Amino acid sequence: MFEIPAAMADLFPEKGLRRASTVALQPLSGGCSLALALAASATSRGEWAAAVGIGSLGLLAAAEMGVDLGRLALVPDPGERWPEVVAALLDGFGMVVLRPSAPPGGEEARRLVARARERGAVLVLLDAAGWPETPDLRLTVRAQIWEGLGAGHGRLSCRRVEVACGGRRAAGRERVAALWLPSPDGPSAAAAAIPAGEAGAGLGGAAAAV
Amino acid sequence: MSGGRILPGRTPPSERVLVAVWPDWPVVASGQPPEVPAAVVEANRVRAATPAARLAGVGRGLRRREAEERCPGLVLVGGDPARDARAWEPVVAAVEGLAVGVEVCAAGKLCLPARGPSRYFGGDAAAARRVKAAAETAAGQPGCAVGVADGRLAATLAALSALSAQEAVVPPGGSREWLAPWPVSALGAGFEELAGLLVRLGIRTLGGLAALPGPSVLARFGPSGEEARRLARGEDPLSHRPRRPPPDLACSASFDPPEERIEAAAFVAKALAGEMLDRLAAAGLTAGAVSIEASTEHGETLSRRWRLEGDLAAAALAERARWQLEGWGRRSGGLVMLRLAPEEVGPGLGRQLALWGRSPEEGRARRAIARVQGLLGPEAVAAAVLTGGRSPADRARLVPWGSSRGGDRAGSARGGDRVGDAPWPGRVPRPSPALVHRPPLSATLLDSAGMPLTVSGRGILSAPPAFMSTAGAQAPLSTAGAPGGRVTAWAGPWPLEERWWDAAGRRRARLQLLLEGGDAHLVYCESGSWWVEASYA
Repeated sequence: MFEIPAAMADLFPEKGLRRASTVALQPLSGGCSLALALAASATSRGEWAAAVGIGSLGLLAAAEMGVDLGRLALVPDPGERWPEVVAALLDGFGMVVLRPSAPPGGEEARRLVARARERGAVLVLLDAAGWPETPDLRLTVRAQIWEGLGAGHGRLSCRRVEVACGGRRAAGRERVAALWLPSPDGPSAAAAAIPAGEAGAGLGGAAAAV
Repeated sequence: MSGGRILPGRTPPSERVLVAVWPDWPVVASGQPPEVPAAVVEANRVRAATPAARLAGVGRGLRRREAEERCPGLVLVGGDPARDARAWEPVVAAVEGLAVGVEVCAAGKLCLPARGPSRYFGGDAAAARRVKAAAETAAGQPGCAVGVADGRLAATLAALSALSAQEAVVPPGGSREWLAPWPVSALGAGFEELAGLLVRLGIRTLGGLAALPGPSVLARFGPSGEEARRLARGEDPLSHRPRRPPPDLACSASFDPPEERIEAAAFVAKALAGEMLDRLAAAGLTAGAVSIEASTEHGETLSRRWRLEGDLAAAALAERARWQLEGWGRRSGGLVMLRLAPEEVGPGLGRQLALWGRSPEEGRARRAIARVQGLLGPEAVAAAVLTGGRSPADRARLVPWGSSRGGDRAGSARGGDRVGDAPWPGRVPRPSPALVHRPPLSATLLDSAGMPLTVSGRGILSAPPAFMSTAGAQAPLSTAGAPGGRVTAWAGPWPLEERWWDAAGRRRARLQLLLEGGDAHLVYCESGSWWVEASYA
């Protein structure tokens, strides 16, 4: 079990990210930031994380989210042999964030999921479109509202997101949480909960937008 | 392994050792027949020569030009330690057919405990003859020298001095006396500095060194002096006294799917070597030998012991493992397991120990990285380093894993932060974008009237931005679609002028845009065209 910042813990059926599981995220609209938040919670507890096939990952954002860059290995361009690469990384890393460069065959995907399960690693799929297996968890950003930017003035300062978590087994019932991602309080608090009343007011109108 | 205890207060008798040396092994390994004058040259000096070349006066240490002068038709071959080790493996295997406990010391040198074979074959001389014959049959030519003595140093020197004769046997208990006339430089690798110092102090022979009182040698020259004195007395170094190591010092890796390629396995061996030495260091121990074991998917088990002489660096150990893997060559199936186990573990005298060991997670991760490097090449795995700069792409760089600025925690995190925290006027404020497009995406920005947006030379926008689009083919994440849409909020332009003093200078105006749907992007205008630099994904 990976401990997850308290703000996000409500999303997960077991109040934490279970080892030996597969998590799917969407690549844009907050998905990358969520992946970084998950990697931050892994590396801050001594685990090692790897990112495969994401050459455009914002490393500065990763550091601001709390990812220990000393425990992060990147394979930006794994080429056609990415299933082998991911299999090797799952042997040694607690978390592997993967964006497949091509949809894998059913056999390959099953083998990787089985490998993650066997080694107790978390396989995070950034962009699970074309992934033939059903992931254990699927995190979706339902709505996002950036604050601080006006019509020609201000700057992006923080973002409210409404994240839904569905999936198999215990995660079958969908859970929804409102988070700051990133929070207005500065870099260290990567993800923070939004009090219920405030969240409803802020996100209600924009919920259909994403 | 033989007996396991050191009795307090008593010096154990040193083991009877048989050493086989092949002084000109590199030239044999290069495949040059003995009747052709040929020499292996390393660093412009002759390292080894064939008998034909020796007849012409070419010997070890001769300058290359001089060697060519003495022997005009001389064939010169470059040195290759891997080739030497590969070719040595069949010789070791042949000797292993005669005796147990064979250890490889280096390419061209092996040793084994002599007691068993001597009894079996009827004496030290008979055993030496059998080993010599087996080695020369395996190599297909004469040139092997074999010596038997108490202690490894005496046996090695006996073998070398036996080159002219058949074999040299120093009788049991006679090693100290036999060694006495040898110069201190005969101590060999690892003792060069000490030997030079001893000569300047007037101690020129091993006999002189052996006669010095032990405590004084230890006090004046430290553990390495004590080790040299023991060697000079015909004893084996204390730290290399055989003892069974605790099992958790061995490091192993398994391959699933089985690894067919030697290169990839060698990368893993490198990681294992580092891990094994870390574990030894953490326990304050050193190893006298390492056993390299591998098993293949068809159930074949391969094992070879390498004696570790001189310095015990991870790189040297990894090199031996690679040589061994190459020596075994291609097997019928891929490797499923590789294991490095230290042997003859003793206290690590006089070695600086690392303060912090590695965590098990780190060891596992480094092994996985080595595996990926074996698959894709060493450049394929990168570490992130924070640096100074004004754009998100400048402020974090990828460096190949294991290069001096990457991989190490100190290099990436601490050193980087300092530079990153220096004032860089005009840098993009926090929070930073989670996707940085490399290269930037070409974009089109329109105002509310549908006219292309421009920025004047004074950094003024022609009109508020109303619409952004990007071409689909260059999308950062293929299935996500190209970013674009109506602009709902924006800020800027923030001018950025860098390196105006040289040709690498750039002049940009930056905007933060919030699009319909809630996605935010960082765009800039340079020379009239717009680019999406990063996305707050």
